[in-house]
Amino acid sequence: MITYEFLQNYWWFIIALLGGLLVFLLFVQGGQSMLNSLSKTEDEKKLVINALGRKWEYTFTTLVVFGGAFFASFPLFYATSFGGAYWVWMLILFSFIVQAVSYEFQSKPGNVFGPKTYRAFLFFNGVVGTFVLGVAVATFFTGSEFTINKVNLVTFGAASNVMSGWDNPLHGLEALGNLRNWFLGLAVLFLARTMASLFFVNRLEHDVLHERSRKYTLYNGVPFVVFFLAFLIWTLVSDGYAVDPDTKVVSMEAYKYLNNFIQMPVVLVIFLIGVAGVLWGIFGTVLNKSFNKGIWFAGIGTVLTVTMLLLVAGYNNTAYYPSYTNLQSSLTVQNSSSSEFTLTAMAVVSLLVPFVLAYIVYAWRALEGKKLKLEDLNEDGHAY
Amino acid sequence: MDVLLNAAAVDWARGQFALTAGYHWIFVPLTLGLAVIMSIMETLYVRTGDEKWKKTAKFWQIIFGINFAIGVATGIILEFQFGTNWSNYSLFVGDIFGAPLAIEGIVAFFLEATFISIMFFGWKRVSKKMHLLSTWMVTLGATLSAYWILVANAWMQHPIGMEFNPETMRNEMVDFWAVAVSPIAINKFFHTVTSSWGLGAAFVVGVSSWYLIKKRHQDFALRSIKIATIFGLISFILIALSGDGSAYEVSQKQPMKLAAMEGLYKGKEGAGLVAVGLLNPKKEAYNDDVDPYIFKLEIPKLLSLMGYRNANAFVPGVKDIVDGGYTLQDGTTALSFKEKRERGLLAHKALADFQQAKSEGRDTDAANFETIIRENYNYFGYGFLEKEEDMIPDIPLTFYMFHFMVLVGGYFILFFAVVWYYHSKKKLENFTALQHVALWSIVLAYLASQFGWVVAEVGRQPWTIQDILPVQAAVSGVPVENVITTFILFAVLFTILLVAEVTIMLKQIKKGPDF
Repeated sequence: MITYEFLQNYWWFIIALLGGLLVFLLFVQGGQSMLNSLSKTEDEKKLVINALGRKWEYTFTTLVVFGGAFFASFPLFYATSFGGAYWVWMLILFSFIVQAVSYEFQSKPGNVFGPKTYRAFLFFNGVVGTFVLGVAVATFFTGSEFTINKVNLVTFGAASNVMSGWDNPLHGLEALGNLRNWFLGLAVLFLARTMASLFFVNRLEHDVLHERSRKYTLYNGVPFVVFFLAFLIWTLVSDGYAVDPDTKVVSMEAYKYLNNFIQMPVVLVIFLIGVAGVLWGIFGTVLNKSFNKGIWFAGIGTVLTVTMLLLVAGYNNTAYYPSYTNLQSSLTVQNSSSSEFTLTAMAVVSLLVPFVLAYIVYAWRALEGKKLKLEDLNEDGHAY
Repeated sequence: MDVLLNAAAVDWARGQFALTAGYHWIFVPLTLGLAVIMSIMETLYVRTGDEKWKKTAKFWQIIFGINFAIGVATGIILEFQFGTNWSNYSLFVGDIFGAPLAIEGIVAFFLEATFISIMFFGWKRVSKKMHLLSTWMVTLGATLSAYWILVANAWMQHPIGMEFNPETMRNEMVDFWAVAVSPIAINKFFHTVTSSWGLGAAFVVGVSSWYLIKKRHQDFALRSIKIATIFGLISFILIALSGDGSAYEVSQKQPMKLAAMEGLYKGKEGAGLVAVGLLNPKKEAYNDDVDPYIFKLEIPKLLSLMGYRNANAFVPGVKDIVDGGYTLQDGTTALSFKEKRERGLLAHKALADFQQAKSEGRDTDAANFETIIRENYNYFGYGFLEKEEDMIPDIPLTFYMFHFMVLVGGYFILFFAVVWYYHSKKKLENFTALQHVALWSIVLAYLASQFGWVVAEVGRQPWTIQDILPVQAAVSGVPVENVITTFILFAVLFTILLVAEVTIMLKQIKKGPDF
């Protein structure tokens, strides 16, 4: 029986999964953040840019779909977070605008500002895009400052008819005042760089870059593990935002997220499998010189870990987008979702996703049948 | 919040959206048009095995790629701006409006973004036929993408398939197909997509003519012109047909927009369509006695015929719509602004009372308030307006943009017919004057395309959702200084990127195809 509650949970799962896929695909951004360190000569840079340039649309499209799906299934989140934490989202958006043109433009004659500018854009997107996205996701656990009062819309003489108001003039930048948010931001940045290194190990036919990428897997993998553990442990021992299933009242509960893991053992097991996959990908690559498939272990591991982490944020009577200035304004999967009709219609649409994945896999395989090397770049006359 | 500050916040948020949409629409129509043209060219290559068709297709694919990247960059901002700058709107109608955006991402954007990589990098990695299929998939993805976005836009112009839920304070979808295939959405799609094809065709003919002027790549240029003129001529005939459909839809659903497009202040039966006209700048109020025109040339009865499929039908003017009192199509009498506002305010008060009653557990009272809300919901948005002028869009802007667009549309039918004639007689190579006309016609195509959106969006002011939510009630609570800052950042960034894009494109054109 497909109930409204099932649909709400289904859609939270889809959002979590899209989030997981997005973080995996951020390896493109991770690679961009290493343009000037991993690749040193012009040839090396060219190879790195072209390897990433064949994948950037996937990350970008996933971000767009993530936004659209969030809008359709949890419109209250879309309104509250985007319209409130304005600067967080604007920073992310700016970093993605400049990315979108940079691959296509950077080596084209007549690009006015020279390749260095566009590579700086890519670097900016690589660092800011990943870090700020991590900070934004961390607020799902640490909370934000907003108040929702829908009746404002029609309250005659009200100071403002805005239904979801932000309680801090920094409009999102205040999230940077919380060290725990920094930890997840830095974890995402270093994870993206680690996965980029694994991607290069897997994709490139270039001895120097190969060797260096293995080293970079370690250099970035270690800080990733440290920052991620710091965030995770801190979150597990912190109070969380619990919702009373009957009264819907939100209150602080000690060890809420730890309890969620314990009370949802399947989520815990998949989470641990995901973490093991990421570690296997990293350390397998570092320790074994002939192991090239780390990206797949770390990639799938990342998807699983992030998806489960987001489930922990939203399932088991938890407010996934909490407000610490006004606890009862906190958003839950139940109080912020679309109507049953919309969720049903969108659930039908989501059945198309396997077809989408199928042609993505086809396209990926068709282009990646052999490794990328310098000599091949110009075969189609469309090198970046 | 200070009323003035709120007004400024609305203006800047609108400005930011218009800026982004305007820039986005520089690149998108060209990609939609070029997509079909390059797909046809590649089809000819696969069918004939003629390598020159392949090279022709590849050249236009390069131009496509340059525009695609920057179109994507501006597009993502539009999607997120609904949340960042129009949070009340997102909350109020996200149930309905979010769905087409999500579907666009899932079924269309992925298609385009995935197959574009095969199109660019797969020439030697997949078979000829698979490559051709990929190119067509890029075209299909781009076109479907336009479809779902236009479904979303059409819904704002004519909200249907929904019901207001006073408990959640949201409009909820009750009929997916009413939203997905509404006549206004279908018509908007055809008009917008065919106009993009027309722009793409004008671009290809214009650029190819430049090669003819310079006496370079003549074989390439004539091949391109051959495809683009036929495609352009068909497109512009379809544009005219769907334009007629648009006029009909606007008359039925947005009579104020139609009145603004025509500068029609006082309605009449058997109204004519203004072919060309000059508005009187001395007309200051909708209800003064100043003649709105300095001069006009009218085609008799055509406006009534287009708008109502009846040459003698009454077309209401701005004053009629504000004052009400005339007979509507369904036989009822039109309400005045004052009456609509009263009913809007009734709905507002009932909604506030409903929420109060619900929170106090007074269910019978709540049910009564709900009835009042339902009875008056069609006028909900008027409760946010204060005076008559608030419901009137900028008439001169709408009027001139509309007429420019229509004249350019007519011009292009003639233009493509003439180019096609000279091309088929093999006289185009030596007709330098026509080549120059073709080159400069590119500018006209871009202006008409932009102006079309100005008509559609300025003409529907003050509404984000027709009759339900005006812009001032739809905006976010972000203080105006923040929006001004992002507006400036966007303006500077988009302009820088546009400069780069145009120079790159000109360089590629100057370099030419490699045959």
